[in-house]
Amino acid sequence: MNDVAGRAALPGGGGDHGDARFRAIATAVVPEAAKLTEDEWGAAAAIIARAVASRPRAMRRQLGVFIRALDLLSLVRRGRSFSSLRQSERSELLEWLGASPLLALRRGVWGVRTLAFMGYYARAEAAKAIGYQASADGWTARRDASASR
Amino acid sequence: MIEREYDIVIVGSGAGGGTVAQELGKLVADGRRVLLLEQGARLADHEFSGKELDMSDALYEEGGGFLTADGTMTLAFGRIYGGSTVVYTGTSLIAPRRVIERWNVPGLEHADVERRSRRYMAENNVHLLPNEELNDNNRLFASGAAAAGFRAEQFPLNLRGCRGSSLCNLGCPNAAKMGTHRVQLPAAERLGVEVVTRAEAVRIEDRVVVAQVRPRRSGEKGSSSEWPPGTYHIRAGMVVCAGGAVGTSALLLRSGFARVVPRLGDGFTCHPAHILVAEHTSAITNDVGHPKSFFIDRAEAEGFVLETCMYFPFVTAKNLTGFGPPHSALMRAFPRLQMILVLACDRAVPGNRVAVNRAGRPVVHYRFTDEVIESLVRATRASARIFFAAGALRVHAPTANPELIERARMHDLETLIDERHFQSGRISISAAHLMGGCAMGRDARDSVTDSRGRVHGVPWLRVADSSLFPNALEINPYVTVMALADRTAQAVQADAGELLGGRVTLTTA
Repeated sequence: MNDVAGRAALPGGGGDHGDARFRAIATAVVPEAAKLTEDEWGAAAAIIARAVASRPRAMRRQLGVFIRALDLLSLVRRGRSFSSLRQSERSELLEWLGASPLLALRRGVWGVRTLAFMGYYARAEAAKAIGYQASADGWTARRDASASR
Repeated sequence: MIEREYDIVIVGSGAGGGTVAQELGKLVADGRRVLLLEQGARLADHEFSGKELDMSDALYEEGGGFLTADGTMTLAFGRIYGGSTVVYTGTSLIAPRRVIERWNVPGLEHADVERRSRRYMAENNVHLLPNEELNDNNRLFASGAAAAGFRAEQFPLNLRGCRGSSLCNLGCPNAAKMGTHRVQLPAAERLGVEVVTRAEAVRIEDRVVVAQVRPRRSGEKGSSSEWPPGTYHIRAGMVVCAGGAVGTSALLLRSGFARVVPRLGDGFTCHPAHILVAEHTSAITNDVGHPKSFFIDRAEAEGFVLETCMYFPFVTAKNLTGFGPPHSALMRAFPRLQMILVLACDRAVPGNRVAVNRAGRPVVHYRFTDEVIESLVRATRASARIFFAAGALRVHAPTANPELIERARMHDLETLIDERHFQSGRISISAAHLMGGCAMGRDARDSVTDSRGRVHGVPWLRVADSSLFPNALEINPYVTVMALADRTAQAVQADAGELLGGRVTLTTA
C-alpha cells in the first residue's frame, strides 16, 4: 500500500497529488491540521494510511471513488479541484454532501471525516492539546498531578 | 492439512466460550480432550498500553471499525483471548424477567437464568463501586437524573483492584476487569483445556472443524499461537460455537448449516447507540475513574436505556456530528465535557440479519426502523434534560437542529430534537451489544437451537453465545451470555456419554 516514494498511500491516490488532496480534506475537517509540521502531518497520514490498508478492499475502493468524486464535484460547482478551494468553500462542499439525500454521499463524507479525525486526534500531541489526561495510574496519577500544581 | 483429534472443540473465548471452557474443563479429569480455538491473540499484561489506536487494532475486529452492509452503523466486538469481555466496561446485570418471558423459549425460565447469573457475578467479584471512586461525569449524571425526574441506578461491576484508569474499552491496563481472560479461561487451562490463539475456525464439516492458524506478524501485540501456523483438520465428537452473534452465525452460514436450520442469521439486534456530550463551565473529572457507573432503564416504558460513558479523543471526535471550527471548539472543551450513551432497544425484524459474502466473511444487514429512531430521539431529549439539570452550558445532540443546543433553549427540546433530523450515514451510530442469528426456540421452523443451545437436527453441534438471543435483551448482555453458556455446557456434559461414548461425570450447575 505504499506509493512510488515509499510512503504509505492515502485513500484517493498516492504521491504528492494524493497527499495534497487528502490534506485539503483533513484541514477542512480539523482546521488545526493546517498548522501541523511536515513531520506531524506525516505521522497523521501514516495513521490514516495504516487504517485504510487494514479495511476490506470494497471499503478502500469506495473511499477512493468518493475522494475522486469530490474533486469532480468541486470542478463542476466551483471550476477548481477540491484542494484549490478556499477553506470555507471546502467546508461548504463537504457540508452540502454530508446532508445529501443520497446515502452514498453522506457515507463518503462520514468516512473521510472519520479518517481525518483518526489521523489528527489519535496522536498523543493532539490528545494532550485538548486536555485529555487519562493514565493507567488513574486516580493516583490525577492526585499527583494536582499536588504538583 | 494437519490432522488433530479432540472430544470437544469450543470456538471462541468470550463470555460464552470462556464459560463453556471452564465448565467442560471438568471433563478433562475423565480423560476427555477439550480444545478451545480463539481467532485473536493472547496479550501479556504489559501490552495493555491504554493507547487508543494501538489497543483498538489489537483487541477489536477491524480495529473497532466493522461496518454494517450499508455503512451506517459501526459494530464493536472483541477479537482477542477473552473476546468482548476484555473490552467492555464490566457492567453486570441480570436479564429482566419481562424479556425472558417475552422470548417465550420452551424450557427457558427466568429463575434459572437468574440463578446462574448470580453464580457468575459472585465468581467475577461483581459489586458496586464505593461513592468515593465515582467521578464527576457519573455524579453529574446521577444528580441531573434526579433533578430531571429520572431514576438512575448504579451498575454492578466485575472489578478487582480498579485504579480508575477510565480505559476499560481499551482493555484494562491494570488487569482489574474480571473478564473470561482473567477468570474462566485461566481456570479452564488449569483444568487441562487446551487453548489455541490466532486460530480462526474457517468452517465446520461433519464433526470436523477446519481451522487456520495465523503466524504472528512483526510488531503485532500478543504471543505467537500455541500451534505452528497452517491449516488444521480437527476431528471433534462435539463442537460448541461461541464466536458471538456475528462470528458464530457467519461460521455456521459458510459451513452450509442454513440447509438444516433456515432461520440461521435471522433476528439480529444490537441496541443501536450514539454518544451525547454536554459542556460545563469548569473542568470535571471525566477521563479518570470508572467510566460507566450509572444507568437509567426506560426500556419497558420508552424503548431506551441511558448509560454514563467517557470515550477517547478519536472516538469522541468521530461521534460528534459535523466538522470544522464548531467541532474543534467542542473537542477543545474536552476537560469540561459530560457524556451519556443512549441505546435504543430494537426488535428482531425481517431483513436485519447476519449473512456472509462470497468469500465467507460476515456481512450484517441492518435497517433503522421507525421505532428505533423514535427511541433514540426520546432518549436524546431525556439526556438533554439530564445534562441541563446537571448545569450544562450547552448540549450536543446529533438528532437536533441546530446540533448544539444552548442553555437558553433548554425548554425547546421537544421541537429542537426530532426524528426528521435523524439521517443515517451522517450521524455516528454504533453498537456493542450484538445479539441473535442463532436464536433459541421450538424447532427449525422458528429458530436455530433449543433452549440448551443444541442446533436443531445436528446433535453434536451447540451454540453458547449472544447469537442465541431470540430478541434484544434490553440490558448489557454479558452476564446473560454466561448464564446461557452455562446451560449449553451442562447439556454438553449430559449428552457427552451418548455422543462421545464412555464414562462422563455429570456436574450440577
